[in-house]
Amino acid sequence: MLVQQLANGVFLGAVYALFAIGYTLIFGVLDILNLAHAAIFMLAAFVALSLAGLGVPLVLAFALALVVAGLLGVLLDRVAFAPLRRRNAGTLVPLISSIGAAIIMQGVARGIWGPDEQRFPANALSTAEIHIGSLTVGALDVVILAIALVLMGVLSYVLRSTALGRSIRAVAADRVAAALLGVDIERTIALTFFIASALGGAAGILIGLQYNSVSLDMGARIELKGLAIIILGGMGSVTGAVIGAFLLGAVETLSVAYISSSYRDAIAFGVMFLILVLRPTGLFGKRALRAA
Amino acid sequence: MTSLGFAEQLVVDRVSVRYGGVLALDAVSLEVPPATVVGLIGPNGAGKTTLINAVTGVVRPASGTIALGEARLDRLSQHRVARAGIARTYQNIRLFGALSVADNVRAGAYRRRGTLSDDAVRELLTRAMVRDHELERRAGTLPYGEQRRLEIARALASEPHVLLLDEPAAGMNPRESGELRALIRAVARLGTGILLVEHDMSLVTAVCDHVLVLNFGETIAQGTPAQVARDPAVIEAYLGTGAADSEHR
Amino acid sequence: MFEFFAHHSKLIDQIGINALLALSLSISLRAGSLALAQAAFMGIAAYVSSIGAVHLGWNLGGAALAGALAAALVAAVLALPIGRLRGVFLAIATIGFGEITRIIAINWPITGGAEGLSGIPNDANTLSIYGTLAVVGFAIFLFGRTKLALAVAATREDESAARGVGIDVAGVRMGTLVAGAIVAGLAGALYAHSNFFITPGDFGFGRMEQVLVMCVIGGVTSSLGAVLGALLMTVLPELVRFLHDYREVSSGAILLGIILFSPAGIAGLWQRRT
Repeated sequence: MLVQQLANGVFLGAVYALFAIGYTLIFGVLDILNLAHAAIFMLAAFVALSLAGLGVPLVLAFALALVVAGLLGVLLDRVAFAPLRRRNAGTLVPLISSIGAAIIMQGVARGIWGPDEQRFPANALSTAEIHIGSLTVGALDVVILAIALVLMGVLSYVLRSTALGRSIRAVAADRVAAALLGVDIERTIALTFFIASALGGAAGILIGLQYNSVSLDMGARIELKGLAIIILGGMGSVTGAVIGAFLLGAVETLSVAYISSSYRDAIAFGVMFLILVLRPTGLFGKRALRAA
Repeated sequence: MTSLGFAEQLVVDRVSVRYGGVLALDAVSLEVPPATVVGLIGPNGAGKTTLINAVTGVVRPASGTIALGEARLDRLSQHRVARAGIARTYQNIRLFGALSVADNVRAGAYRRRGTLSDDAVRELLTRAMVRDHELERRAGTLPYGEQRRLEIARALASEPHVLLLDEPAAGMNPRESGELRALIRAVARLGTGILLVEHDMSLVTAVCDHVLVLNFGETIAQGTPAQVARDPAVIEAYLGTGAADSEHR
Repeated sequence: MFEFFAHHSKLIDQIGINALLALSLSISLRAGSLALAQAAFMGIAAYVSSIGAVHLGWNLGGAALAGALAAALVAAVLALPIGRLRGVFLAIATIGFGEITRIIAINWPITGGAEGLSGIPNDANTLSIYGTLAVVGFAIFLFGRTKLALAVAATREDESAARGVGIDVAGVRMGTLVAGAIVAGLAGALYAHSNFFITPGDFGFGRMEQVLVMCVIGGVTSSLGAVLGALLMTVLPELVRFLHDYREVSSGAILLGIILFSPAGIAGLWQRRT
């Protein structure tokens, strides 16, 4: 029973992690809270679903939807954040403009796909199950976990070992100094938005697959959990976000199993509130993105 | 405005401040009597700012006492120190930039009863030698020198017992710093005690009655400006040990 | 004219309530605190006033006052742990507080849970809503002429310099949070008493976003702006019904447009012209 719950927690945590990494990357690099992240998460799931509905193989639909999500992220930056960067607008204003962008994306999604929940084509998803001792896991869950881990691995490699990763870390640490060192700031920020939004989109598609349900409000449900995760892990810390996501996944599944499902989310937000009050840098130190 | 004889004396008695393991201020004592200008000088990192922070309640002393007249300041929070009658200016100007010139001065008078009339505001601006008397102008849009003087006007508005000036001459041209000299003297003459942190030695020499020299958190010399300027320890602190050594060779 | 009011009375009431909410947020934004707990304060007051009315037979006035008082108490307690937080961290902590409040409302038997609380006497009318709005507006106007208003503005501009002139910054921040909670509480009570029933979902993050948007569109710290922002954002969805499912896009576009082109909101447009 415990092992089963922990396994469920891992599947949930992996998708949370993908979502939260995008959040925290943008905060780490730009110090802004991007509340449109959840809208891109939702849009990517709808795009993948539509492509799958048109008969595009699921793998290709997934890849194309990631690119769409990434490009939406770049567009979001150009429209909602870049103009504010030029006039040093502080923290409140970009937060609001991201809400504006989210409202627009939400409206567009409602216009295109309508208000109702949608499902992937019946034959698109495997319903096979794998049994390991008393443990039962869906083959789909395993695939989703594998995809999430691969994407995190790729991101980790990019951040640590590529020129782009070095640029991103430099901009996160000190934008002015990075510019003096010859880093193309705007290009780095655009690529950060591409990566962050593509990962957020991946999370949306994977959650859509996991529950076989894509809906307009799926973003709202994960948006605030993502906040709890990045607070848990320390704002701007990618490693922290991943650990925080798996912790939250485990706590959620365990609390449903052993305490009560009704207060599940209150635990996450309660912990988040306590961390903010007692240790605002999160559990894993501060600015790990900058130090990594 | 502050009338002679009503100001209280600031007494800093053997105050030490620790940041983590570092002793930033080591048993420093000083007095700022009414109508007196006390200079506080020393190389960068000597503890001048730490002393100001201790007096204004930004940091708590690890030991020692700070008192204004009969009242102990060293256990008070920042705003209570200000209400007790300690006013200050900042090394990096900290005006309420989006507020009007008049509101900045009025905010300075916050500890006093009532609100300043426009005439009272203008009088303070005049005393602080602010040239532009457009009361509704946003403070942040004033030129640099005017902002420095407005900050002094804001501090004077509280009718303080003691005024702390943190490098007021920074960025001023010779003419402006000459005016500042006259301003400091005028304020002191009316009874306010002034603690002046400054790098401009000619200003310190011209206005201070007493000078205290800090280095590495310790008092290394004090006396009249002339005495301090002759003190070998002061010369060494300013020129650095390396410089002194190479001169010997 | 009368027919117009009768036909749109629901919308007119909604505008008044939203104006109160936007005003309540602008009060705490005035001190520079990005505390986003208005929806929670509104919800607390809505439930207290409704439960009082349903179970104890309170009239509207008593229920609204009790609700506002409850919201104020919660705000005063909340102010202590969040006192050190600023900027985005304060925003996130208060969003978390709002979620916890909502989840408690879902699970507490007396609130009627997720299905909501029904049978609330429908005794708030246009007069009581706009009467409250007028009283709150007048109170804010009077406050603006006091020395405390200057302390609030100075706190927003530079907390450290504010302390340096003797302003109790922690007190100012707590005071504005509590004052904002009272106004949000009045709005919550009126909201509950002009709808037959309420659910925890009425007071979630979506509501908080709406209020924030109205406030920012109006111009953050301008009271008149907050009211205009509430008016615009409440009426707009009705005006663009022809866009059908694309309706939301217009709200988002107006919000983005104002942020990008008039940083001081509608109030800023006004000031620029005069």
